Amino acid sequence: MSEPLIYELSSPGRHGTRLPELDVPESALPEDLLRDNLPLPEVSEIDVVRHFLRLSQLNYAIDKGMYPLGSCTMKYNPKINEETARLPGFVGLHPNRPEATVQGALKLMYELQEALKEIAGFDGVTLQPAAGAQGELTGVLIMRKYQIDRGETQRDTILVPDSAHGTNPASTSMSGLRVVQIPSDERGNVDIEALRSQASDRVVGLMITNPNTLGLFEEQLAEIVEIIHGCGGLVYGDGANMNALIGVMRPGDVGIDVMHFNLHKTFSTPHGGGGPGSGPVGVAAHLIDFLPDPVVVKTESTVEGEPARYAFHHPPKTIGPMGSFWGHFGVLVRAYTYIRMHGAEGLREVAEYAVLNANYLRSLVKDTYHIPYDRICKHEFVAEGRFAGVPDIGALDVAKRLIDYGVHPPTNYFPLIVHDALMIEPTETESKQAIDDYADALLKIAEEAKSDPELLHQAPTTAPVRRLDGVTAARHPVLRYTREE
Amino acid sequence: MVYIPHTAEERRQMLDAIGVAEVEDLFADVPEQVRFPSLNLPAPRSEMEIMGELQKLAETNLNANRTPTFLGAGAYRHWVPSVVDYVISRGEFATAYTPYQAEVSQGTLQAIFEYQSLICDLTGMEVANASHYDGATATAEAVIHAYNIFRKKRRKILIAPTVHPHYRAVVRTYTQGMDLEIVGDETLETSISDLVAQVDSETACVIVQNPNFLGQLESLDGLAEAIRERDSRTLLVVAANPISLGLLKPPGHYGADIVVGEGQPLGLGLNFGGPYLGFYTTRMKYVRQMAGRLVGKTTDVDGKDGYVMTLTTREQHIRRDKATSNICSNQGLMALAATVYLSTLGKQGLRQLAELNYHKAHYAAQKINSLPGFAVPSAAPFFNEFVVHCPVPVAKLNQVLLDGGFDNTPILGGYDLSQDYPELTNEMLVAVTEMNTRAEIDLFVNALEDAGARQRAPATIGDQQGGQR
Repeated sequence: MSEPLIYELSSPGRHGTRLPELDVPESALPEDLLRDNLPLPEVSEIDVVRHFLRLSQLNYAIDKGMYPLGSCTMKYNPKINEETARLPGFVGLHPNRPEATVQGALKLMYELQEALKEIAGFDGVTLQPAAGAQGELTGVLIMRKYQIDRGETQRDTILVPDSAHGTNPASTSMSGLRVVQIPSDERGNVDIEALRSQASDRVVGLMITNPNTLGLFEEQLAEIVEIIHGCGGLVYGDGANMNALIGVMRPGDVGIDVMHFNLHKTFSTPHGGGGPGSGPVGVAAHLIDFLPDPVVVKTESTVEGEPARYAFHHPPKTIGPMGSFWGHFGVLVRAYTYIRMHGAEGLREVAEYAVLNANYLRSLVKDTYHIPYDRICKHEFVAEGRFAGVPDIGALDVAKRLIDYGVHPPTNYFPLIVHDALMIEPTETESKQAIDDYADALLKIAEEAKSDPELLHQAPTTAPVRRLDGVTAARHPVLRYTREE
Repeated sequence: MVYIPHTAEERRQMLDAIGVAEVEDLFADVPEQVRFPSLNLPAPRSEMEIMGELQKLAETNLNANRTPTFLGAGAYRHWVPSVVDYVISRGEFATAYTPYQAEVSQGTLQAIFEYQSLICDLTGMEVANASHYDGATATAEAVIHAYNIFRKKRRKILIAPTVHPHYRAVVRTYTQGMDLEIVGDETLETSISDLVAQVDSETACVIVQNPNFLGQLESLDGLAEAIRERDSRTLLVVAANPISLGLLKPPGHYGADIVVGEGQPLGLGLNFGGPYLGFYTTRMKYVRQMAGRLVGKTTDVDGKDGYVMTLTTREQHIRRDKATSNICSNQGLMALAATVYLSTLGKQGLRQLAELNYHKAHYAAQKINSLPGFAVPSAAPFFNEFVVHCPVPVAKLNQVLLDGGFDNTPILGGYDLSQDYPELTNEMLVAVTEMNTRAEIDLFVNALEDAGARQRAPATIGDQQGGQR
């Protein structure tokens, strides 16, 4: 049975909460500005609890099982993070408070900036961007303003490999710049000759994801950086895949000029069914002045024994602020907790086991699923979800059948350069046993594809709903509840 | 290795299966000279230790719950019913990803559908998306939306000077590469009708806020018509405070084409500025140029009702550089909190809450207006926030309040408007919500009187000129 909408549980006159009585005299209301009807539901607290609890039970989640969505880094979200983020001394802080009354919060932000600088090898960090995509926009705007500032106003192009996340070209367009796509070569790397042919004085910079979306380390990274720097461009690193690199390599050390982090991927903050994320941006020294407004700075006290003071600083050539306030502070507390609980060694182990898990799963399925770029991968790999002799089975069918095996499908049909792509990222928090079970499911499905393809076409049959009609949803959009007349 | 489940034996078996000797061999493609740097980070902490450290840090901040607070200016202290945090803490919601696999994400999808419906009802609009990051970025996306509706042919954006200064700044950050002409907010003297007078056939949209940044309620009846008289196609964008809509006419009823706002008051903690929620609504005829995710209702192959993300051809993962925006992650869990909040307060609760805010703010304004040297100069009606003209600079006054000069109770006074409008040195923006008891308001009034009397230089006594402009 379907769960009704909250509106359908409504009963006129029912209350969900009690508010305090009015303890001051009433003032006249501005009659001509008042609304005559507020059509919200009328339900009790228990209606609310049961409704949303029942809805929650229709979801799959990391807390339920393996969730190997490629490029999404669905690792376990430690519960201590939820507790630290909910400390009353953090939750109740108004963003407009005087700095002297929020020294604890500012210190945490400062320490997190420092940790991210150290982890990725940068000279400056902003914590303001609200998500990875906003971090990208921040980075591209910084690169653009840097080029304008040094008089290179003819530069209007960002180079983006064809394996990139869709947000890369979208962020570029939003910045008013032109996208030129660079193809991949037969090993899954950026095609160096194609890159070289586009390197000119029109280039603002290159956006590169490393490891790329095939899960492969860019083998000619040093050369790529050299080509771009050689033509006066900057190199942007998409940090979505940083889980493969923490403690392994600092992007700043190989000449990446600017990079966003995804705290909701690498640093374990929950995805929340689509946010809130957090996308801090790290930059090399020459870009510090362009960071969004504001960043947190520390001033040591001149009086011995007195604590250092933390304050907001307004970078002199800033691109401007990226949001109403200072970033997703609640998410920052979680990521800070995670980093502090790991230390340097612990973070390196995260990357090592993430890569171990991905390669182990790859080794278990590679004889059954075609892996077009089959070499040692990093945190993820991309296989083809199609089989010789069964042309009407594709990645979507494999994905949906996995649901019937009680696990979450990988990302499918991305990256676009692999046919029927299944992009699989187990993360370090999955055990060998969980990965073995996942591989078993994949292998059984490959057999079923040949012996009984209808099982795949019909899947899923065990989920709360079966395959949904997306075509009608788009052609005749029903985007809200409407009362029946 | 806190969250890594592998035993040494399992690790060995896995390496064997891969066909490498050591984990290090998996990183042979990383340039050797930069491989495995030693990071200078503090030593790892246990749960117990990190909790202790962070507790200490949290307590370094002036206590939030015991300090009477009259700060607003874009973020507001409201009571959050316990049920909100209960629901958003559930792992099934919190640890799920964006609902790409609809069949196992019906909980998230239906909740977003309910969120879209509630936001439409609150604003009087036809369609809401699944959320933006905050009020400022929602406003910036509205500008880009309007620009796209006119196929980038109209470059002029009119924005009222009374729109939140941070929103205006973010609009400029977002559009710095777009060659737009963003005007209208050069001086606070510009009224809404002055703004309308600047509308022409090049104007994509007019942006106003209601209540505006100074707390005043704009009389927006007839505004849409006045705009259309000058140009029939220019869009009206309104940024609204969602709690005020429990009481006030929704912008959809006075002709707004896009309604956005800060959703933080709808059950989200202050959290030092985030994560918040940008709500975003428009009319159906503009939906295909709108940014952000949308959830639609449909049926499955058995005819059973279900929900999917829809109209995705607008979005970056399909359209790449031709997408309406780069937005990907939104504020899913925060939108869920707002859904639970609006459901719990409901039709009567939200109205009652809005009235509590209104009456308490008016009580405070009346009391402050009667203090020597202080004035609430605006004749415009307001909701829960208003400007106070003070006898001394606000920064100075706030410091006295904070030092607990009166009754030994530190108070967080109102927002110092000189931070955004340098000429308004003596103007304080005071917010009063249901969280401020009468005793707190009276304490604030007494403390203001006391501080004002002690701080006022003799020359400025009786000077009540200026006020807000």
